[in-house]
Amino acid sequence: MWRGKDVLSITEFSKQDLRVLFDEAERYLRIIEEGEITEDLKGRILATAFFEPSTRTKLSFQSAMLRLGGKVIDLPPAMASSIAKGENLADTIRMLDAYADIIVIRHKVEGAARFAAKISNSPIINGGDGTRDHPTQAMIDLFTIKRELRKIENLSVGVLGDLKYGRAARSFILGIAKYNPQLYLISPEILKVREDVIDLLEEMNIKYEEVTDLKEVLSELDVLYVTRIQRERFPDPMEYERVKGSYKIDEKTLSGAKDNLIILHPLPRVDELDFSIDKTSHARYFQQAAYGVPVRMAILKLVLSGE
Amino acid sequence: MGERLIVSKIRDGTVIDHIKAGRALEVLKILGISGKEGNIVAVVMNVSSKKLGRKDIVKVEGVELGKEQVDLIALIAPDATINIIRDYDVAEKYRVKVPEKISGLLRCVNPNCITNQPREPIETSFRVVNVSPLKLKCEYCGVVITEELLEKLVEEIA
Ligand SMILES: [Zn+2]
Repeated sequence: MWRGKDVLSITEFSKQDLRVLFDEAERYLRIIEEGEITEDLKGRILATAFFEPSTRTKLSFQSAMLRLGGKVIDLPPAMASSIAKGENLADTIRMLDAYADIIVIRHKVEGAARFAAKISNSPIINGGDGTRDHPTQAMIDLFTIKRELRKIENLSVGVLGDLKYGRAARSFILGIAKYNPQLYLISPEILKVREDVIDLLEEMNIKYEEVTDLKEVLSELDVLYVTRIQRERFPDPMEYERVKGSYKIDEKTLSGAKDNLIILHPLPRVDELDFSIDKTSHARYFQQAAYGVPVRMAILKLVLSGE
Repeated sequence: MGERLIVSKIRDGTVIDHIKAGRALEVLKILGISGKEGNIVAVVMNVSSKKLGRKDIVKVEGVELGKEQVDLIALIAPDATINIIRDYDVAEKYRVKVPEKISGLLRCVNPNCITNQPREPIETSFRVVNVSPLKLKCEYCGVVITEELLEKLVEEIA
């Protein structure tokens, strides 16, 4: 199920795969919390190759590997940027394949991780490519819901923000879709999810509704997944000014929400989530961030020495 | 002028019949036949057909085209039939079938797709996700190619 498998897209993992992952992540979470030490991946080497900067994802993978007793090598950012500018990715992957047992890659080009997986014998983990896939983030998001709400099936889930270009949002939608949700896709008109996502939701028989206003659906929600809307996505800056207020959330926005609504965010945030929410019981994005390490430990362990 | 006069029978080779009218030249492109190979190639366009109203026919003398190769024709001529001719007789006859995967033939329309990056040793790969209407999906970036777009991409084939 897991061993030797490339982790490229959340769509390629079954609920059974994810159940195994969550059990393992739960175990590692306990180990971390209790200050225990594990050497499950002693002697193994992880290579991180980030052609697009991302401090959080990279550090949490490196921390995960070190906590498993493994070692980490990193493609120097200067080299990554010269490769991103036009040197050959294939040769770089061949090199890393020879130096490491498993490789995490992040790249702005779509399909880069899948291409790397064709070249490399060592398993490839997609740490985010282009505007499409970020499977490990989706796994962390789903684990957070399971842990914080003690259930994951049949929830009413809102996903808010840039659903067109945001890979975290896209991957989350396709991940939660496995658990029979009522989905609310909340975004400005020009950032609605793309047709291929709609096709997949239809294929999976998911109940979904596309809305532009959070207020319309807020009272229904068990989970609200917030992502950032970038100004650069709007060809017309006036249009951005007009809509931006509707996608920023503060305490006032949340009046009318269920008491046990949880709010997630892949972080980093800019101003879409007001600090006033942090102290409310809705805010679970810091837990979500903390689960990054145990979930990624579980991923590394399962791919390198799982079933 | 009778249609029979335009095209004589071939002795050995392949006849592709029931091509959608006007698509014969694109069929040759897909097959990679430029005419410089030296075989006799007959292209007949817009002849009347009971089944299609009008149709195109391509005959290639001296070559038995393989199934994998001719199935690509289904991308633009789904009703095409293939006749393998040996010694003036039809030795095999079958209809083209849309393949499950199309490798290397078409360009991906997403400029940010890995297959469009210069200097990478990679060829495009599309999975057929729907046959009618035809819908292809890039295996790398997930972009969906609809029939309309496909016609343009086929025209681009050098
Ligand atoms: Zn593509």
